[in-house]
Amino acid sequence: MKNHMLDVGNIIKDFAILNKRINGKRLVYLDNAATSLTPEPVLEAMNEYYRSYNANVHRSIHTLGEKATKEYVEAHKKVADFINADLEETIFTKGATESLNALAYCLMKDLKEGDEVVLSEMEHHSNIVPWQQLAKNKNVKVKYICVNDDYELDLEHARELINKKTKIVSVMHVSNVLGTINDVKEIGGLAKNVGAVFIVDSAQGAPHFSVDVKEIDCDFLCFSGHKMLGPTGIGVLYGKKKMLEKLNPFLFGGEMIREVNFEESKWNDLPWKFEAGTPNIAGGIGLGAAVDYLRKIGMERIRNYEEHLTAYAFKKLKEAGVLVYCAKDARKRGGVMTFKIDGMHAHDVAALLDKEGVAIRAGHMCAMPLVNKILKENALCRASLYFYNTTGDIDTLIIGIKKAKEVFQIA
Amino acid sequence: MKENLNPDWLGSEEGDEIYRENIIDHFKNPRNYGEIVEAEIKHSELNAICGDMIRLFVKFKEGKVEDVKFKGNGCAISMATTSMMTEILKEKTLEEIKKLKKEDIFEMLGIKLGVVRMKCGLLCLNTLMKGVEQMEGKDGIKN
Ligand SMILES: Cc1ncc(COP(=O)(O)O)c(C=O)c1O
Repeated sequence: MKNHMLDVGNIIKDFAILNKRINGKRLVYLDNAATSLTPEPVLEAMNEYYRSYNANVHRSIHTLGEKATKEYVEAHKKVADFINADLEETIFTKGATESLNALAYCLMKDLKEGDEVVLSEMEHHSNIVPWQQLAKNKNVKVKYICVNDDYELDLEHARELINKKTKIVSVMHVSNVLGTINDVKEIGGLAKNVGAVFIVDSAQGAPHFSVDVKEIDCDFLCFSGHKMLGPTGIGVLYGKKKMLEKLNPFLFGGEMIREVNFEESKWNDLPWKFEAGTPNIAGGIGLGAAVDYLRKIGMERIRNYEEHLTAYAFKKLKEAGVLVYCAKDARKRGGVMTFKIDGMHAHDVAALLDKEGVAIRAGHMCAMPLVNKILKENALCRASLYFYNTTGDIDTLIIGIKKAKEVFQIA
Repeated sequence: MKENLNPDWLGSEEGDEIYRENIIDHFKNPRNYGEIVEAEIKHSELNAICGDMIRLFVKFKEGKVEDVKFKGNGCAISMATTSMMTEILKEKTLEEIKKLKKEDIFEMLGIKLGVVRMKCGLLCLNTLMKGVEQMEGKDGIKN
């Protein structure tokens, strides 16, 4: 096939796991929205840290400590550059979930009864539950921007919801269920008009296309390393410098202080004031290597390739008579295909596909309000792509779906 | 086993025959599907991971099960096991029901379930046992 300028044949060689056989079949990994696979250069970078310069950062004067610190800071710079931010604005966390929790916690003290937080109906649990907790603590209202019939956010509704009472607007960049790419710039503009803090959950965005925090003009943005070729346990919280300067740290201890007295302490410079304790050093270095890997291929090319592959997948699924929940406009969606097969439960579909070596997700995808209340289903199937997938993978998926339907005697 | 010898081979713990015809049959044509308005046991349980839900109704007469029905929503394994279980419950005494074990369910199914699907396969028995507990609690004959 024409790979739209992406040499997938060669890329695949970097992912040892893709040579595995699952139930005797070639692995077809279509669960990338849950977590991505990890290429050799990323594994190598992390091993290199443990093998060659294992040391703590920011504190040890010896050669190893110096090297570890340099690499760890360098990883922050790479990530900052990746989203067009500055080093001072780029904090490493455990992942998107921790970033969102930290924000809910840090922003809580500025809220008072009667204030409102605006989210959307398609949010992942990690962008709902922390705000619900905050709302309980502060008697604040949480409101949700509607999903329209075309599985996009209803911007008219957003205009109605976002008003002078709104103090925080937090929405996802790309839906992990619908694949919809939200118009975060537009929503950010609404937030700005009323002086609300604007947060973007880019867990499903940053891995797949070029994200520019200056262009989006968000106050905060977060994502997870493990969904973009990095290891688990590392993620990012970006914050505009002037926002981070105002914000109090959410963890206290070593690394994050400049000066400690028995009475009080002074915080370290940005971003370190938000990274208390010995951090996930190897993970951070791994994330840096993941960013290198992605940039070497190029985010434009990744997006183009995935758009082409997604279009192929939709066409094939449609031909196979599979109902997919997604926006009509291909430019407004990422490589996430959530579907349903009438007469079969999602778990049975996933189990039968697994027998064919095809890994997909089944369930509520950590978006129960969306799946149960809006799509009105208990469980759905989701196939999600990354740039190492091929049209051959899609063909195997389709064959697997046909076989599964045969087992269930569905015409 | 094969998977231990070959590091490039991974397989699910389930037998290949998990979707046998009788399971599909029970899934597509569940036996005793419905409700009993007046029943001693009326109990629902949820399998939180999958979202499988079962509501079980058991009616006793003269110490024996007179009628069983269930309603639910879930995967083939949870629905088929429940359907099969309702068939073996009829005429059983409460004491016999309380002796039911997960091995009985596996035997009834005739296949091996992996760790994940185990929860689906045992949802019927859990619902039944919780229902029995609740009934006894109500009657004040808790042992
Ligand atoms: C849109 C979205 N936000 C947040 C998260 C949470 O990411 P993590 O579990 O890595 O913290 C996910 C991951 O599933 C996601 O898809």
